[in-house]
Amino acid sequence: MSINKDQIKYLSLLSRMDIQESEINDVEEKLTKIIDFVDQLQSIDTDEIEPMAHPLNQSQRLRADKVIEENNRDKIQKNTESTERGMYIVPKVIE
Amino acid sequence: MTTSDIHRMTLSQLKRNLEAKNLSSREITESFLKRISETNKSLNAFITITEEQAVSESVEADEIIAKGKAKSLTGLPFAHKDLFCTDGILTTCASKMLSNFVPPYDATVVKRLKDAGTIMIGKTNMDEFAMGSSNETSYYGNVSNPWNLDLSPGGSSGGSAAAVAAGLAPAATGTDTGGSIRQPAALTGVTGIKPTYGRVSRYGMIAFASSLDQGGFFTKSSEDAALLLTEVAGLDEFDSTSSAEPVPDYTASINNSIKGIKIGLIKQHFEEGLDETNKKVLEEALKALESQGAEIIEIDMPNIGLSVPTYYVVASAECSSNLSRYDGIRFGHRAENFNDLTDFYSKTRGEGFGSEVKRRIMTGTYVLSAGYYDAYYLKAQKVRQLISEDFKNAFEKVNVIAGPTTPSPAFPLGAKMDDPIEMYLNDIFTIGANLAGLPAMSIPCGFVNNLPIGLQLIGKHFGEESILQCGHQYQQITGWHKQVPEDFK
Repeated sequence: MSINKDQIKYLSLLSRMDIQESEINDVEEKLTKIIDFVDQLQSIDTDEIEPMAHPLNQSQRLRADKVIEENNRDKIQKNTESTERGMYIVPKVIE
Repeated sequence: MTTSDIHRMTLSQLKRNLEAKNLSSREITESFLKRISETNKSLNAFITITEEQAVSESVEADEIIAKGKAKSLTGLPFAHKDLFCTDGILTTCASKMLSNFVPPYDATVVKRLKDAGTIMIGKTNMDEFAMGSSNETSYYGNVSNPWNLDLSPGGSSGGSAAAVAAGLAPAATGTDTGGSIRQPAALTGVTGIKPTYGRVSRYGMIAFASSLDQGGFFTKSSEDAALLLTEVAGLDEFDSTSSAEPVPDYTASINNSIKGIKIGLIKQHFEEGLDETNKKVLEEALKALESQGAEIIEIDMPNIGLSVPTYYVVASAECSSNLSRYDGIRFGHRAENFNDLTDFYSKTRGEGFGSEVKRRIMTGTYVLSAGYYDAYYLKAQKVRQLISEDFKNAFEKVNVIAGPTTPSPAFPLGAKMDDPIEMYLNDIFTIGANLAGLPAMSIPCGFVNNLPIGLQLIGKHFGEESILQCGHQYQQITGWHKQVPEDFK
């Protein structure tokens, strides 16, 4: 199945990730190849087969809801310049 | 051996020399740092070199050793793939997106190795976010293969593999989602182990595909791999998928004979996709195991051929979800000129990710999107179950599965960059173990056109002991793991 430019623009919007006009032909060609390649799965009979979500087919282990980490906000916030009084500065979202 | 041989010694040999006080940690550490400064320009194996810190830690290590308080790995230098978070040290994942990221904590693997006494000498180059099989997708440029600088070292852990192969580090960490430890280990002639899913904590390992990712090691021998796994494996309260299964002393059982052990050969892996010359070398390796008393049995795995397409649906889907955290707000690359919030995210991510990462995010977004989820993602999860059942059936007949790690030896840089499928097919023999969550390793088993190739050993869930034992016993009667590239002797 081929992927067209409109689909690529839609995927780019869904994934919030710009694809430049100069990249779009390459993405179209390679994504089509990849989807064609994985399409071979369609011919496999998987009726009655349980989907596998965990490689050891195990469920998630739970733990007590206790704080186990110390608060290191200042250290964490060294990774951005856009903070003020311990809060992150984000682009305006409400007019 | 003399001090000029330091870079050729295994971790275990260096450890014995430290214990006997033949060598000091400072001598060993400075010797590796010197080799890095001499050769990293041509190999590009390291993104960050932590020289000052390493030397000062080596001085402390020597004091600890003098006081008789050494732990199991005290004073031994170590390199970490730049995907493991290191407290206060740049961790880039070889991406522009994280080119300014300094983690506020250590990954559990890093912490456990630090607690055991290792000294970090640097962070190694890799494919961006571990997505690639040639180390060419790195924002910091490709790594070269020490056996021939025009060739790829494989990927994604290409920097770690090249560093160990060229004697720039005695051992290094790696991560393996579809073969990213075993394939580069094979192509550079070193030992590489990917443990069972959950055997080693993923906490602080920057996520690519969470149901497939597993951390492991590059070493010069199976003995070293056993030593490291014994230190690092085990339950971690910070990773809810880490296993509570008890951790044996892997260095003890490797000495047991492999007489009577049943080794399966996947019929399908010898039928197609494997170069004829590789096949001959592998047959010799299997004869060596047979000569030690192992019984070779052919096994049939009808669904194994579906591994690669299954993987590219599952891994891409998980990657598109995992990488949605890179939004430019709290850390990482941040776009400067934008119109609104959506534009901010789109520019940040469009600028921060390289083309292979973008392709995988888009593939993942596609297979998870409305109308395609059942046809692709759910389908792939079902086929994954079939592949896993093939392994389960096989392990009712055998203890270990052996076969090729890669279809051919190292390929030229640039050779596969235009065709994603050709690149993906390089992992045709390794992906199965990730889908089924099984432990697997690659050990050097010979040469094709003067380039190393690897023998892959796959074990049952938590069966690391048996693959390490086969690897170690094989390395007792062969010398392939001791071969060193001519230019890095």
